[in-house]
Amino acid sequence: MPKLTMVQALNLALQQEMAADDRVVLLGEDVGVDGGVFRVTDGLYEAFGAERVLDTPLAESGIVGMSIGMAVYGLRPVCEMQFSGFSYQAFHQLENHAARMRWRSQGHFHVPMVLRAPYGGGVRALEHHSESREAYYAHTPGLKMVIPSGPRNARALLVAAIRDPDPVIFFESKALYRAYREEVPDKEEVLPIGTSQITREGSDLTIVTYGAMLRPVMAAAEELQQQTGAAAEVIDLQTIAPLDDTLFVASARRTGRAMIVHEAPRSFGPGAEVVTRLVEKAFYYLEAPIARVTGYDIVIPLFAREKSYLPNADRVLRAARRLIAA
Amino acid sequence: MPRTHIELDESIERLSILDAEGNVDKERDPDINRELLLKLYRAMVLGRRFDERLLALQRQGRIGTFPPISGQEAAHLGAVAVLQPEDWMVPAFRETAAEVWRGRSLESVILGNAGFNEAAALAPPGPNLPVAVPVGSQMLHAVGLGWAARYRGKDQVVLTFFGDGATSEGDFHEAMNFAGVYQAPVIFVCQNNQWAISIPRHAQTRSATIAQKALAYGMPGIQVDGNDVLAVYAAVAEAAARARAGNGPTLVECETYRMKMHTTADDPKRYRTDEEVEGWRRKDPILRFETYLKRRRLLTKAKIEAVDAEVREAIQTAVDAAETRMASLGDPIDMFDHAYAEMTPAIAAHREEFLAETAAAAEEGSDA
Repeated sequence: MPKLTMVQALNLALQQEMAADDRVVLLGEDVGVDGGVFRVTDGLYEAFGAERVLDTPLAESGIVGMSIGMAVYGLRPVCEMQFSGFSYQAFHQLENHAARMRWRSQGHFHVPMVLRAPYGGGVRALEHHSESREAYYAHTPGLKMVIPSGPRNARALLVAAIRDPDPVIFFESKALYRAYREEVPDKEEVLPIGTSQITREGSDLTIVTYGAMLRPVMAAAEELQQQTGAAAEVIDLQTIAPLDDTLFVASARRTGRAMIVHEAPRSFGPGAEVVTRLVEKAFYYLEAPIARVTGYDIVIPLFAREKSYLPNADRVLRAARRLIAA
Repeated sequence: MPRTHIELDESIERLSILDAEGNVDKERDPDINRELLLKLYRAMVLGRRFDERLLALQRQGRIGTFPPISGQEAAHLGAVAVLQPEDWMVPAFRETAAEVWRGRSLESVILGNAGFNEAAALAPPGPNLPVAVPVGSQMLHAVGLGWAARYRGKDQVVLTFFGDGATSEGDFHEAMNFAGVYQAPVIFVCQNNQWAISIPRHAQTRSATIAQKALAYGMPGIQVDGNDVLAVYAAVAEAAARARAGNGPTLVECETYRMKMHTTADDPKRYRTDEEVEGWRRKDPILRFETYLKRRRLLTKAKIEAVDAEVREAIQTAVDAAETRMASLGDPIDMFDHAYAEMTPAIAAHREEFLAETAAAAEEGSDA
């Protein structure tokens, strides 16, 4: 199997879906000739032409609003926001229309579009280029919110998102784009949206996470085992909404201790929903308060100090030690 | 270094064919066949009478708030009359008569205004988007639909409506710009009814006309007397032919007037004078069209009375049907449908919770 970076894996998904289905068209700022500022759409303009890969004027609402019209017509647009921090200029199109067209028309129309956007910190970028605001989209009825954690699941989830009959917001961690390579089969692979995955088995505590935070969590889990012998079970959500609570609820019932890790701000973040599900469904099995290791409730600092903001393996490890001692 | 005048090979025109007294410019009279003329007349009368009936229903508390269309019948009906059945219409929310023209039943309109989601299920699944309340946001969908139609090799055109207020929105600019760049087959029809709730046209934009905004996007713009159904039809027909031939979008500004309130929750006496309203009443779109049709011997006093009686009966039938249907609707369990193609686990759980609450409330005799 070829070993691909996440950028290459996403490119493979787009390339194969475009080849298989002429309803799939790409649009966004600099996605054509330039191949996208992160090169996710590299080579697709050459392969499929300007008719399938649209370089758009610089306007986020325009891109999303136009995608909605294309999707209603029966195409499968995949649009790119250059950074998720610029997607707010299109927020009303997502909230008012993409998310509601099916409901408003009582099923006559639907919006099978994907909005791809790089999110998260860790790449020493400018202001507006490092935030993690998945909660906005996860909170909107009618949208799906997906965040892959590595090259292989990024490819398989993007294929599922493109084929999904409803609008999917697909966040890609910039920190993971070229962080490492993973074996990605050339043959089609699809991961259903709305399913989480156990990425490490353990019986002593449960750590729920997603996206870029999976790597520091996995590292912390290994270190924890070496230092204390305690085995952490790690669950990668993969989809934030609709949230699959089956695995982490069952896991917390077994381990009695649970923690959620994300880089988004803590208050009203995705972790708040995870904690609530645990309280509702695993309360009597818990032996300690549920821990949250997250971004703080502030704007992520400019990059000179962004590392102080982002959860890392050491922070997760300290929280895990406190949790098993509790 | 010289400072020179840049010649722009562009200008805008104003079109008027039928004046307020019913006098017609015979040279510019679009060649509308007799059947379509009479269909337009009936639709305009129906639009007006339906508006009046909806207002009465609202004042009686039988439906909720709604945006009246009176005075704007020519602006939106003259425009949609140009469309072929397979063309798309992307409405704002003050084009009720155009929606009905495109096949939406009166019953569906009444149900929607009475707060029932089921209204959408009664609308035909044709190429007509539902109304869009957030001002200006629908125009971009028209661009996407038009682009997609071209991508599929169809010669469909897309007509989208918006008001003078919408031209201040960013989405107006983005839609016009995208349509220009992609030469999308879109007809942008502005119903400039002079008021965006309490903000008059001159306070909305410093531009002398709305039509001229087209020039900045590299597309033709034309201003028409929006109370002149012949002029609206002619301008939109020209725009549709341009779009169908692959020559891109057009902006048509229809100068009209909102004779009633913004919605039934609004009191226009707070911001405009009776004199102004009376001035526009003399420019009524239906009266002048009636004069025109009488002079062409297509309409008689008896025929006018017959049309009036027929539309009133159609409205009464729709009101009765809607009220009968409302009595059978109202099971709120349906509110969990149509969020996604497949119900999510959370929604399924909420649905179960609601059923349990309903059962518990029934047992207690309280509200769920």
